[in-house]
Amino acid sequence: MTAAPIYGLMAEFETPTELVHAAKGAYDAGYRKMDTYTPYPLEEAAEAIGAHHNRVSLIVLVGAMLGMIGGYALEYWVSVINYPINVGGKPFHSWPAFIPVTFECAVLGASLAAVFGMLALNGLPQPYHPVFNSPNFVRASRDRFFLCIESQDPRFSVSDTRKLLESFNPDEITEVPY
Amino acid sequence: MATLGQIDVRPPKGVRPPIIGPGQTFGTVTDRIAGIVLTKHTPVFWILVVALCLAIFGMFNTAVGYLLFKGVGIWGINIPVGWGFAIVNFVWWIGIGHAGTLISAILLLFKQGWRTSINRFAEAMTIFAVMQAGLFPLLHTGRPWLAAYWLFPIPLTMGVWPQFRSPLIWDVFAVSTYFTVSFLFWGIGLIPDFANLRDSAKTLVVRRIYGMLAMGWRGSARHWNRYETAYMLLAGLATPLVLSVHSVVSLDFAVSVVPGWHTTFFPPYFVAGAIYSGFAMVLMLAIPFRYLYGMQDFITLRHLQNCGKLMLATGQIVAYSYAMEMFIGWYSNDRYELAMVNNRLHGPYSHYYYMLILCNILIPQSLWFNSIRSTPWRLFVVSVVVNTGMWLERFVIVVMSLQRDYIPTSWGMYWYTKWDMMIFVGTWGFFTLLFFIFIRVMPPISIFEMRSLLPQAKVKE
Repeated sequence: MTAAPIYGLMAEFETPTELVHAAKGAYDAGYRKMDTYTPYPLEEAAEAIGAHHNRVSLIVLVGAMLGMIGGYALEYWVSVINYPINVGGKPFHSWPAFIPVTFECAVLGASLAAVFGMLALNGLPQPYHPVFNSPNFVRASRDRFFLCIESQDPRFSVSDTRKLLESFNPDEITEVPY
Repeated sequence: MATLGQIDVRPPKGVRPPIIGPGQTFGTVTDRIAGIVLTKHTPVFWILVVALCLAIFGMFNTAVGYLLFKGVGIWGINIPVGWGFAIVNFVWWIGIGHAGTLISAILLLFKQGWRTSINRFAEAMTIFAVMQAGLFPLLHTGRPWLAAYWLFPIPLTMGVWPQFRSPLIWDVFAVSTYFTVSFLFWGIGLIPDFANLRDSAKTLVVRRIYGMLAMGWRGSARHWNRYETAYMLLAGLATPLVLSVHSVVSLDFAVSVVPGWHTTFFPPYFVAGAIYSGFAMVLMLAIPFRYLYGMQDFITLRHLQNCGKLMLATGQIVAYSYAMEMFIGWYSNDRYELAMVNNRLHGPYSHYYYMLILCNILIPQSLWFNSIRSTPWRLFVVSVVVNTGMWLERFVIVVMSLQRDYIPTSWGMYWYTKWDMMIFVGTWGFFTLLFFIFIRVMPPISIFEMRSLLPQAKVKE
């Protein structure tokens, strides 16, 4: 009998402590393709599955630089090249007066990069994801803590992985269909 | 558990009220806050307030329609007072908008856990206040449809560009950036709560709507990790931004050479005043909200006390600024600055100045007393007084300096018209309307951040 392919095995926990314990245990057992699902940010869970580094800061830096350079370049081009106007004998390239707009553009670029960079790295918006097939998963946004070991992991096997998850005493283990 | 319309009991002397009521769990926090949005029963007071606001909004639209038809001549502005109500109200509203970002960004960076239950609606307040503020300069141009190329660098065949040496253009960039960043901050905070509403919704339509807004958020650890980084970085970016916005607004005045405006201490003075009025507005919204929705467990007396203390602190900075304003006017020994001081104390608008001192300095000193800070209705009254005072401050700055500048032959008086008043009152209605719609369709308190405040949210070693 060949079973239909599944996305992974989902274990449900009642407290964050149990979840972090299980996530650490699964990581120590050699699993890497897994994720935890929590109703609020849980730093320990991200650390337990080795996902505490990200590239958001780099994207924000790039956004800030682009905004800064873009803002200043716009002012320079408008005030010096395209539309030079003599205002009270001030130089066309009156850089101190250009600083406020440069600053605002840098903040704008960085903020847009932070939000859209974060969404892009997270792959959102995402209309469909298999974890939502797990019957009790609606509580992941409410009061329950989930650990899902994915079938893509080379060590994954339905029986062994289930055994490992059972050793962490979850409330329930479900198979997540695609 | 708090109930609807519950009156607060002040804790005994020396005991600080908690930042979240006792006995809450992940489930109760979620249900109480999501319940405001997902309930089928719209409260009666909500319908009444929205109906009243719609009526005021109708008046506002009438006044704006007539303004666009006739021009700004229907307002009281003229030479020498060309700024009048429009700029007074602009500065007042944008100042109110400052507390939202202060609460969400600066208090976040300082790890003030109590900010969590008030940051969401303070951010909404910011966005709606900046919207009202933005209306005034636009309407003041008289032809808002042309203002696009006056204000923003838009490539046109005319080849005309804004003047980047002018603080008015800095202001356009500062305010529009502030609006965008506040909106992003608010929106990113709402995503996990939309996911919660999607999962708790009882009907398919509601689930679909919040599902689209949640964008498929599933609370994955990898997502949370990036989310937290982005959120902290946004807070770090919003902190200098919020200080820059009112500084730039103050430069609209300070860069000119009008007596009373041309001072270097305007930026910090304006920022302190902005935070002062912003916290007053937070209290004006929080106190009725927690009472009407029975949210005393989430917005506790501790929050009200802390807001009162922040108001007191910023109020002292504002009082110091008023003193320095007069002192420097006198100390400069410049005849025009001295005339400005004299005009404030003895001129035709001196009653505005004395009212301002009463509202912004004398009455708020009552906040030194715990009995005022811990009694919601008294705090509410002080907040109304402070916001009145802050409006008077802007009136004093804008009108009293413009009405009498260097040459006495060009002195004049300023009288607002009924159209000025209709548009000003109209923005209150518009603001309250937006705010009430917001608390009906979006969680007014951040649910996921409240969960993380609970004792059981911590991982035990």
